[in-house]
Amino acid sequence: MKHLEEKIFKVIMICAAIIIFGVLVYIITTVFYRGLPALSLDMITKLPGGGFYLGKEGGVLNAIVGSLYIIIGSLAISIFISVPLVMYINFYLPAKSIFSSLIRFSLDILFGIPSIVYGAFGFALMIFLGVRASLLGGILTVAMLIMPIMMRSFDEITRLLSHDLPDALLSLGATKYEMIKVILRQLMPGLVTAILLAVGRGIGDAATVLFTAGYTDNIPASLNQPAATLPLSIFFQLGSPVEEVQNRAYASAIILTVIILILSFSARYFGSKFSKHKI
Amino acid sequence: MILTNQHQASGIHDSFIELNKAITLKKLIATQSIRIENLDVYIENQHILRDINLTIPEKSITCIIGPSGCGKSTFLKTLNRMHDESPEVKISGKVFVDDENIYGSHVNVIDTRKKMGLLAQRPCPLPMSIFENVAYGPRIHGIKKRKAVNQTVIQYLQYVGLWDEVRDRVRTSATRLSIGQQQRLCLARGLAIEPEYILGDEATSALDPLSTKKIEELFVKLKEKYTIILVTHTLRQAKRIADHIIFMYLGKIIEAGPTEEFFNNPKKQLTREYLSGSFS
Repeated sequence: MKHLEEKIFKVIMICAAIIIFGVLVYIITTVFYRGLPALSLDMITKLPGGGFYLGKEGGVLNAIVGSLYIIIGSLAISIFISVPLVMYINFYLPAKSIFSSLIRFSLDILFGIPSIVYGAFGFALMIFLGVRASLLGGILTVAMLIMPIMMRSFDEITRLLSHDLPDALLSLGATKYEMIKVILRQLMPGLVTAILLAVGRGIGDAATVLFTAGYTDNIPASLNQPAATLPLSIFFQLGSPVEEVQNRAYASAIILTVIILILSFSARYFGSKFSKHKI
Repeated sequence: MILTNQHQASGIHDSFIELNKAITLKKLIATQSIRIENLDVYIENQHILRDINLTIPEKSITCIIGPSGCGKSTFLKTLNRMHDESPEVKISGKVFVDDENIYGSHVNVIDTRKKMGLLAQRPCPLPMSIFENVAYGPRIHGIKKRKAVNQTVIQYLQYVGLWDEVRDRVRTSATRLSIGQQQRLCLARGLAIEPEYILGDEATSALDPLSTKKIEELFVKLKEKYTIILVTHTLRQAKRIADHIIFMYLGKIIEAGPTEEFFNNPKKQLTREYLSGSFS
């Protein structure tokens, strides 16, 4: 009987693993099967020409650059706010502080809010302030979307840090700020993971940037010009009745995937470089 | 100065007398370094340390022994104000270090901690190279000149007997050292901030016998210059290296005195039971 239980459970686990892997393989083959023939150098080096969405020539450079601008900008903002916040609730507030559980609770809620709500909120805010859809609007809204993800995952990793390191530093007569600087070195891989999770969510999201960043066939030259993004570019190309353009949407999806891969590999590389003396 | 000493002599606890029985009062005044008066510690309304009155003689090794949960580590933490980080801990009483109450209102906690080198149970190297680990303390306390820092690092690595083992890899990560080497590195790191006291919280309990022996030998060497207070679980270790023993039970000091007298001729019934292994 026990033996049977063991076997059944093992089969369930193997099935789960196969399903996940299968779905991944299915998505990737579809994207590559349809996108690879349409992928060309023009796609990544040219702006969309006139009639691009009807099958004329051009590329999605506008969306690549726009997406990178937005993700880099929003990452900068969220790192700048997340790191101090996480350090504060972990090392400055007492362990059982009501305030820190309140912050964690609000982050959990923010985490679960759908991105279209952030988009709508950002849009409403921009109307109130009289700002047009722009790169800045997109950066701020995406920052709002990814901040809870970054904070919550960085917080989880920080909470796992043993008390030995802060205690050792404080007993050497370090001030709290000096302590935080050393702790951050130790936490660098954790921060990189948190950033990667945030990038994955932020760069692929269409709903937040739909109203706030707008869309354009050009590369934005300043923060108050609209910016194109890859998810929206894919959306518009898929909406075209021309099959060739639809295939270009898959090619754009490949580009988006490769960008995420490059970002995550380089982040892992620099993360491990910074933390070569990790405990 | 004389007033405080009289006051102290009048409000004296019997453990205090026992600890310094062999020493005349005059000599005692000259050698006292840490003096604790009416110390009570509460953690979340639990009375952890009860009315501790004690003088710890300088330039010697004092071992605190007692069963788990008797407040040994809590006591040690009161000496370098590490309880400051936990708001649930309430402390009353006075702890005089070099005749200054470290719980006084004008005391700078950084200065107090700088006087106390702490050696924790498990070695915790900083996420830096071996060199940077030892250099960290002097640097945050204002020694910036490269030559001076280099000199300090080499001096203390030599002092703990680590220099010859690591001289060709001081720029590599400290975590690659063996655990015994790490503990000696932590000791060197603590010594580099030039403390007057060394606190050890079961500093050898995670180490193998050989590394333990090295650390113990270092303690014996260090007592020429420093006052050493060790919390230990092993009676044999206390017997080997301590000059004075403090026996604690349920947050109280039961008995304190010179090592030989303590082990050969314990005064209290509870001490005899503990030493004979009736409870631990």
